[in-house]
Amino acid sequence: MDLSAINPVLLVASLMVAATPLLLAAIGELVVEKAGVLNLGVEGMMIIGAICGFAIAVETTSPALGILAAMLGGAVLSLLFAFLTQVALANQVASGLALTLFGLGLSALLGQSYVGIKPPAMAKLNIPVLSDLPIVGPILFSHDPVLYIGLAIIAATWAVLKFTRAGLILRAVGENHEAAHALGYNVVRVRILAILFGGACAGLGGAYISLIRVPQWTEGMTAGVGWIALALVVFASWKPWRVLLGAYLFGGLTVLQLNLQAAGIPIPVEYLAMSPYLITILVLVIMSADKSGAPASLGRIFHASQ
Amino acid sequence: MIRLEKRAEPSQLWSLLTPVVAVITTMIAGGLLFAALGKNPFVAIRTIFYDPLFGEFAFYYRPQLLVKGGPLILIAIGLSLGFRAGIWNIGAEGQYIIGALCGAGAGLALYPMESVLIFPLMILCGLLGGMLWAMIPAILKLKFGTNEILVSLMLVYVAEQLLASMSLGLLKNPEGFGFPGSRNLQDYPSAHNAELIAGTGMHWGVLTAFIAVIFAYVLLKKHMLGFNIRLTGEAPRAARFGGVNPNRLILFCMGASGALAGLAGLFEVAGPAGQVSIDFNVGYGFTAIIVAFLGRLHPVGILLAGLLMALTYIGGDIAQSSLSLPSAAIQVFQGMLLFFLLAFDVLTNFRIRLAVKGAA
Repeated sequence: MDLSAINPVLLVASLMVAATPLLLAAIGELVVEKAGVLNLGVEGMMIIGAICGFAIAVETTSPALGILAAMLGGAVLSLLFAFLTQVALANQVASGLALTLFGLGLSALLGQSYVGIKPPAMAKLNIPVLSDLPIVGPILFSHDPVLYIGLAIIAATWAVLKFTRAGLILRAVGENHEAAHALGYNVVRVRILAILFGGACAGLGGAYISLIRVPQWTEGMTAGVGWIALALVVFASWKPWRVLLGAYLFGGLTVLQLNLQAAGIPIPVEYLAMSPYLITILVLVIMSADKSGAPASLGRIFHASQ
Repeated sequence: MIRLEKRAEPSQLWSLLTPVVAVITTMIAGGLLFAALGKNPFVAIRTIFYDPLFGEFAFYYRPQLLVKGGPLILIAIGLSLGFRAGIWNIGAEGQYIIGALCGAGAGLALYPMESVLIFPLMILCGLLGGMLWAMIPAILKLKFGTNEILVSLMLVYVAEQLLASMSLGLLKNPEGFGFPGSRNLQDYPSAHNAELIAGTGMHWGVLTAFIAVIFAYVLLKKHMLGFNIRLTGEAPRAARFGGVNPNRLILFCMGASGALAGLAGLFEVAGPAGQVSIDFNVGYGFTAIIVAFLGRLHPVGILLAGLLMALTYIGGDIAQSSLSLPSAAIQVFQGMLLFFLLAFDVLTNFRIRLAVKGAA
């Protein structure tokens, strides 16, 4: 084993790339859960985003259009979930699972003719002087734009939830939907908008995997990232900045694991590959004792019946 | 303006009608999907739902109904117990894999010994393997309050990696010329889960599935534990006041569903699949979730739903070869079924009223 082959600067830079899909999906789900809805369909929305983004980017040769299509695809799929849970008042756990099963199938169907194709590459940000700085340059200033958009979404979500009226209404709906309804807020509309936002974020995260991180299309390529994002929201105690922290910790572990594989550590590949899932379970065990951050109406069905 | 009005009592009629309406709607939507893929929708629907049962080669496909339906029913029966009580084990796929690994491992360890005791031992190991794998999320939930949905699902990915490791390493066939995968259990008489009646598809796993249906029915209808499961699902607070111990219920529901999934895995690997290989699992653990809901979490319903879902697998295979319908189309079809089911379910608990806007 040759640990000196691992370059710490590249490690940190690739950590940020590895963390971004997770971060995007988790911040979207955080907003959904803050509105009191548990959407277990993150994995399905991500994979739909991954294939929509990939297909459109290949067809139009524009990664930017691909990214937009991915957000749209994720949002459209989440609309199905919104209809089921907010209009037809279906069980949220079952509807979320349905979304994931359906999304995985549909993405495989859509993606058939895209296996083995290389998508157009997204240009990396290249800021004169800053990007050329030693160490800081490759880590902070030479990524693709979506990575920075992800960071911006985290900051914006934090600010909106904490400082704006819209954020307050969203939190009120999530904490006590009866009270919010009594105050005259449209609970269903707020929740549908939150679900759409979550869908768009998950779609974006999925496209980040298929267009930037990997970049290619394979069936089921999100490989549980959507589920890990759900766990990450618990880890973050429903706080945006802790989503960032959690995603980077997790991204770091993933990248380290891949680097250890490449460096030839004497542990079988399969056991290294299962480590992210085991670590997620471990994190859930540590973080689940304190549920004070969870929105009080999470997962409860709202119907304005008298 | 359409308005929903809560029914005082859930409608019995709609509870029975919903799955039927959902299946019909799915056929229509599925037909549109197939048409969009450039296939004749009527031919496609006939190929999937009619040909396996009554077509020219039905004699070959009919036994497959039991082979594919058996594991689905077995897993779904276990899942339905927990789903009724609001305990969500969605990691049945992982428990299925671990059951198969433990059971097949026990059999392969004794190769080439012949004894009538080997197969029962494998069954026991498969059952325990699946049960213990499901106990992980159950115990973590009790001790630390973790979410069983996420933990059980994470363990599916862990189980898949374990399966890869085992079929490339410990359980690899030493006489397999380096190919991945274990010895074929079909060539090992003491361990082979053979057909009980030749040509019917009926093997021990299918028989176990039928027994599980009967047991679940009696449990839910006649037994105190079954009553507690239903009570916890319908009125958790009342259940707690009534002295139901939620912890024991979690352990029971997770354990039972894991054990049944493990059994399904063992019967599959020792019978139709034959060997432990990287991709011997085909997602029964996930499809069983659809089966459980489609069967309205009722044992008899699950029996019917399992057979129907098996039909879509078989019909999908036929359509794949004769119409070159992509296999993913069937997956979409199954997903749509769950969607429509959940959507129409609103009619069980609510009445749709047309109301003049503002009048209400």
